[in-house]
Amino acid sequence: MFKGYQPDKFYDEMFDANSRVRPYCAPLMEKLGGLDEKEFLDRKATSELYFLRQGITFNVYHDNQGTERIFPFDPVPRVIPAAEWDHLEAGLTQRIMALNLFLHDIYHDQQILKDEVIPRFYIEQAKHYRPEFRGVDVPGDIYIHICGSDLIRGDDGTYYVLEDNGRCPSGASYLLENRNALKRSFPGIFDSLGVRPVDSYPRDLLNMLQHISPRRVGDPVCVLLTPGCHNSAYFEHCYLAREMGIQIVEGRDLTVVDKHVYMRTTRGLVKVDVIYRRIDDDFIDPVVFRKDSVLGVPGLMNAYRAGNVALANAVGTGVADDKVIYYFVPRIIEYYLGQEPILPNVPTYLASEEEDRKFILSHLPELVVKAANESGGYGMLMGPSATADEIEIFRERIIADPRNYIAQPVVALSRCPTWCDGGMEGRHIDLRPYIIYGEDVKIVPGGLTRVALTRGSLVVNSSQGGGSKDTWVLRH
Amino acid sequence: MLSRVANTLYWMVRYVERADNLARLIDVNRQRLLDFESLDSERLRGFWKPIIQSTGDEELFHSLYDESGSDEVIRFMTADLRNPNSIVSCISLARENARTVRDQLSDELWEEINALHLFTKSHEAGQLLISDPPKYYENVRRSALTFLGIAASTTSRDEAWEFMDLGRHLERADKTTRFLDISTYLPAGSESDSTGVLHWTAILRSCGAMGAFRAGHHELSARGVLDFLIFSKTFPRSVRYCTERVDLSLHQISGTARGTFSNEAEREAGLLLAALNFGSTDEAFEVGLHDFLDGLQVRFNKIADAVFETYVLMPDRIQVRPLEPGAGISAVAAWQMEQQQQQ
Repeated sequence: MFKGYQPDKFYDEMFDANSRVRPYCAPLMEKLGGLDEKEFLDRKATSELYFLRQGITFNVYHDNQGTERIFPFDPVPRVIPAAEWDHLEAGLTQRIMALNLFLHDIYHDQQILKDEVIPRFYIEQAKHYRPEFRGVDVPGDIYIHICGSDLIRGDDGTYYVLEDNGRCPSGASYLLENRNALKRSFPGIFDSLGVRPVDSYPRDLLNMLQHISPRRVGDPVCVLLTPGCHNSAYFEHCYLAREMGIQIVEGRDLTVVDKHVYMRTTRGLVKVDVIYRRIDDDFIDPVVFRKDSVLGVPGLMNAYRAGNVALANAVGTGVADDKVIYYFVPRIIEYYLGQEPILPNVPTYLASEEEDRKFILSHLPELVVKAANESGGYGMLMGPSATADEIEIFRERIIADPRNYIAQPVVALSRCPTWCDGGMEGRHIDLRPYIIYGEDVKIVPGGLTRVALTRGSLVVNSSQGGGSKDTWVLRH
Repeated sequence: MLSRVANTLYWMVRYVERADNLARLIDVNRQRLLDFESLDSERLRGFWKPIIQSTGDEELFHSLYDESGSDEVIRFMTADLRNPNSIVSCISLARENARTVRDQLSDELWEEINALHLFTKSHEAGQLLISDPPKYYENVRRSALTFLGIAASTTSRDEAWEFMDLGRHLERADKTTRFLDISTYLPAGSESDSTGVLHWTAILRSCGAMGAFRAGHHELSARGVLDFLIFSKTFPRSVRYCTERVDLSLHQISGTARGTFSNEAEREAGLLLAALNFGSTDEAFEVGLHDFLDGLQVRFNKIADAVFETYVLMPDRIQVRPLEPGAGISAVAAWQMEQQQQQ
């Protein structure tokens, strides 16, 4: 299966620089290598059928050819040895603690701004900063309850945090279903490898939701608030609600009476304590935010301010995953925790700083440029592969609105063997772990490994031709 | 249970039931054509007209098709997505409803409706409809029955089940009356001749009732068929049986004793059930079959409207936005759903 496989000049997750199998991958290679191509392809087809029959699909917008697609799944797992995972776990825990202290500060005394660690200007101009929520206390002082930080590895194998997704990170259902699909279609490769299970995620999530309930007596009523069935992540919303055994609701299922939230049931109104919302701040309450939202719940923010309902994640967390604020996260960690960051950032240039901007504008063909508040691979310029026109468009945008842009050197993302028509080839990958912050911090071992299926591509987003892999964290 | 979820489960099952009934109706009549010597286009139109009328989509059909030949009618009723009541449309709507309440369904139940949807959308299905139509309709019917069987063996007998059962039996009762109404358009005087017998046989078969009808030794006549399909106490597609089940489900949901009522839906269902329990085919002949069947359909609709009013709108005393029946989502809402960044 792996005959002729070339790690090339990149960091390869399975092979070292001399094309030798990394020792902790050897048992897996032996089992995968023992399959002939036909058997491998049959089993791969089984896993694809599983996804199709389960309806594990995502919607591609602006595509009229039937809106649902299967998220491509590659059966070759990505392996993380135990020591490496311990390091990641420590770094991610440190990061979510610091981000939460930061958000509490920003929405209260703003000491970090008074101490001039971050220029006030950057916070006040952040698109997702919600000054109207200053002074509002949230249960347990937790703002980001679920964080999906994206990690990448450079040439030498160092892990970097690429961005923090602290609003509505998605993809956890794929992490769970990838494992299910792989167990079904390739049961033989798991034998005695000591792969840590991932199925605690829904339980951890539910425990966290119950933990933040403002009502301390009786069982809290938790619900998942979805934008609805046309959202790209609707499958995931249903999946998580079902795994947790909670109701999935749309805005129209909820109503607010005397600053309490209720859901409309066949037996009348039932009070809701905790909302796991998968809907953006902008749309969540038309009275406070976008007036034209038909998805939100009028009056929800009143109930939230009054402390009668908890939201996960809290309102206003977007200020922490603004890509400009990202630049300051290492300083944030030092400021609040007095610690060195365990996981480094990717070097970042801020277009609104004069020196940096000059550098960016004179090096556009070598850099990745990102809008501060876009996700899903949108609003991005990949300098090395961009056309001259595309570069000029971004040059104008950066000059017109420097606060909204950052630039980073191209990191050559590590690669992992991936089945491509006709054989195994190296493809670039990233890793999105899911960090849950409730009574304590829980991180399901591994995360979602996304893979750029196009040869040479560094963009792993599903909307841009990405797929995914199962992620194995080893016990030893 | 969330009102919206109750409403969605109810429609999911109605659409599956509708597709199942349509598959039988089309297949039976397609085969019945083989009993005739070749029909000219005028007589073909006469043959299909009552069948299109029975689903209430005659106007739409004529706006979409110039000819009324077998191919056009079959395509319109089976695979035309422009017809919201075609088999493929119904399956697609059932599946869309299932998708929105996926968390309420067993894995097996979801997989069955999803598999049926994938089948009707497949290239293979398109080929089959041309090369082997009976096989196509059999696939649809079998899958619909499997869906029913899985639902029955994996769903707790709680509200979710009762709303699904309610949808199934209201749809069934409605379709039985519509299929019976096809006889309204029989050529005058053909009641007892061989054409009439063929007609009644086709109606029985469209309701999947041939075997049960024979086993009861009923006379194959207008009276015999009406007695059976409207007033049978035991046949699961008779109007009386379905109404009995609707009444039962409604009382299970509210917890009210049978024979009494706590809301308008229960009152309407109780009234209709009494009329069927104590009525006879003579009444149908007195008022005229078409008007009689029409009256039944009006009463089914009254029950359905009252269910919607009671369980979907009523909890909402502080009404903000009404829910729409079925899977209706406005373009604005759909657009906003898409806009939510999932990071």
